[in-house]
Amino acid sequence: MSDAPAVRCEHLTKWYGDVTAVDSLSFTVRRGECFGLLGPNGAGKTTTIEILEGLLVPDAGDVEVLGLRWKTDDAELRQRLGIQLQETRLAEKATVEETLRMFRSFYRHGRSVPDLLRLFELDGKRRTWVGKLSGGQRQRLAVACALAGAPDLLFLDEPTTGLDPQSRRQLWSVLAEFRAQGGTVLVTTHYMDEAEILCDRVAVVDQGRLIALGTPGELIDALAAPKVVTRRGTLEDVFMALTGRHLRE
Amino acid sequence: MGSGVIFRGQRPHLSPLVELTLARLREFVREPEALFWTFVFPILMSVMLAVAFPARGDRPVPVGLVPGPEAASVRRMLESAPGISVRDVTETGEQAALREGEVDLIVVPSTPPVYRFDPAREGSRIARLVVDAALKKAEGRADPWSAREEPVEVPGSRYIDWLIPGILGMNIMSTGMWGIGFSIVQMRLRKLLKLLVASPMRKGEYLLAQMLARLVFLAPEAAVPLLFGALVLGMPVLGSYAVIAVVCLTGALSFAALGLLAASRPRTLEAISGILNLVMLPMWVLSGVFFSTANFPDVLQPVIQALPLTALNDALRAVVLEGASLRAVSGELALLAAWGILPFAGALRLFRWT
Ligand SMILES: Nc1ncnc2c1ncn2[C@@H]1O[C@H](COP(=O)(O)OP(=O)(O)OP(=O)(O)O)[C@@H](O)[C@H]1O
Ligand SMILES: [Mg+2]
Repeated sequence: MSDAPAVRCEHLTKWYGDVTAVDSLSFTVRRGECFGLLGPNGAGKTTTIEILEGLLVPDAGDVEVLGLRWKTDDAELRQRLGIQLQETRLAEKATVEETLRMFRSFYRHGRSVPDLLRLFELDGKRRTWVGKLSGGQRQRLAVACALAGAPDLLFLDEPTTGLDPQSRRQLWSVLAEFRAQGGTVLVTTHYMDEAEILCDRVAVVDQGRLIALGTPGELIDALAAPKVVTRRGTLEDVFMALTGRHLRE
Repeated sequence: MGSGVIFRGQRPHLSPLVELTLARLREFVREPEALFWTFVFPILMSVMLAVAFPARGDRPVPVGLVPGPEAASVRRMLESAPGISVRDVTETGEQAALREGEVDLIVVPSTPPVYRFDPAREGSRIARLVVDAALKKAEGRADPWSAREEPVEVPGSRYIDWLIPGILGMNIMSTGMWGIGFSIVQMRLRKLLKLLVASPMRKGEYLLAQMLARLVFLAPEAAVPLLFGALVLGMPVLGSYAVIAVVCLTGALSFAALGLLAASRPRTLEAISGILNLVMLPMWVLSGVFFSTANFPDVLQPVIQALPLTALNDALRAVVLEGASLRAVSGELALLAAWGILPFAGALRLFRWT
């Protein structure tokens, strides 16, 4: 395995008409870490992650993923990435098991379908049509599909939105185990507690620009002077301090 | 959760191509409406044909008679001749009766009688000859001789026999193109393709799977009109069913590929409907489904002969009605194969995945 970083992007820029969705964004994700992208609605998180996933082409800037490049190394990259989209659409009239089997068949290596079903507690829903799953179950299936190929790098765009607390914690434990195997994760989220628990480092993004980068602890210590002495600061406070706004207003 | 076990799984049991084909098939089978139309339409069509073209049909010539002093004697003369059926028509209703094909000719009973008919219509020209001969004979015209008639029934010479292979070809074209075209645009609309593109799925395999899934349903779809024609309508099947199957298969593949090409860009169902109609309409008219391609002028022939539906219909008719061998229809099959390969390659290049 090369020692290139999992993700390196420099001056990434993407316009939609006169909206600058991503504005000269630069950061590096190291191998084996969990890197969080934080920001309010419309900050440019999805746009950024989809550029890194090779689904969007940036208007400017430079991207390297696992030391490889889109356009020249697509086949190799696709085998080594796991992708969960913010808005995952799966065929409604396929069962959970059929969906996983299909995705699994695309990868040279990976987990077995029964393993995945067990891991995401979808055993009982194997024969249920995707269209008949609850939102949270569908979300779990989406992440399961992303893990089907035992990826080196996992992209998760708001993976726990819509999950109940138990499913969230269960997903966190799957991710912890994935990282224990040496996997790298890039995750976007709105949940501050999630970022604090999951992420080694966090990039705070607002209006397409990087406004802070560091470990959750560093950011909290540097920026979130606790208003009440008894309470330690949170990333929510960090965001308030940086933008004067709440993260989800 | 032991390490190793989890991240080093076994190879998948089925290839992506098979999985994708199965996925498409399941989707189709689980969509009751699509299934209904695929199978019911050919049956309905066949039944309608059976009603419109009864197996034995020596239809008498329908002739209209307007009232007049000599109507009764003219009627007697006409009715005594074989193969003429007489209907009373009023002066005001005669236009409509002619226009709607209720009668082929109007007789005004006078001496001499007046025939009203459209000489451009084949049926009317025949009616004129039959009526004229009948009336003159009744008035005492002597025939110089009467020819000896030898009725011959050439199997497969009826219009219905000629029509069924055309219907079959048309069916293969429209279910292939609608089936594939619509399902792909729908997938694109529902954004189902995005996650597939984000995976290592090979795009060519995805497109190929759509075509393969089509073939699974081809067998019953083609068999219905064919067997209905043979068993109920008495169409002779002179060629081998294996050769017919090869022709149907080749035709289905080429129209599936055309369906893929048509569906490679559009983002709305309106757009794909427009494109499919634009592609299929000329072939319905030009490719000899309902009437022979020989009706079109020579300048159009090179175009007509290059169309895939023409090739499919010609090949089907040759095998079904003339018992042609695989070798005899190899030209048509080659043309169909070209119509399969080129659009597939085009679709692969042009396909819009998001
Ligand atoms: N296809 C598009 N066309 C036009 N504008 C777009 C498009 N996609 C995103 N945008 C704009 O780009 C900006 C960034 O959007 P993006 O989806 O990346 O934000 P986000 O951080 O993922 O937000 P959320 O938390 O709501 O998912 C927004 O202003 C959005 O309106
Ligand atoms: Mg987003």
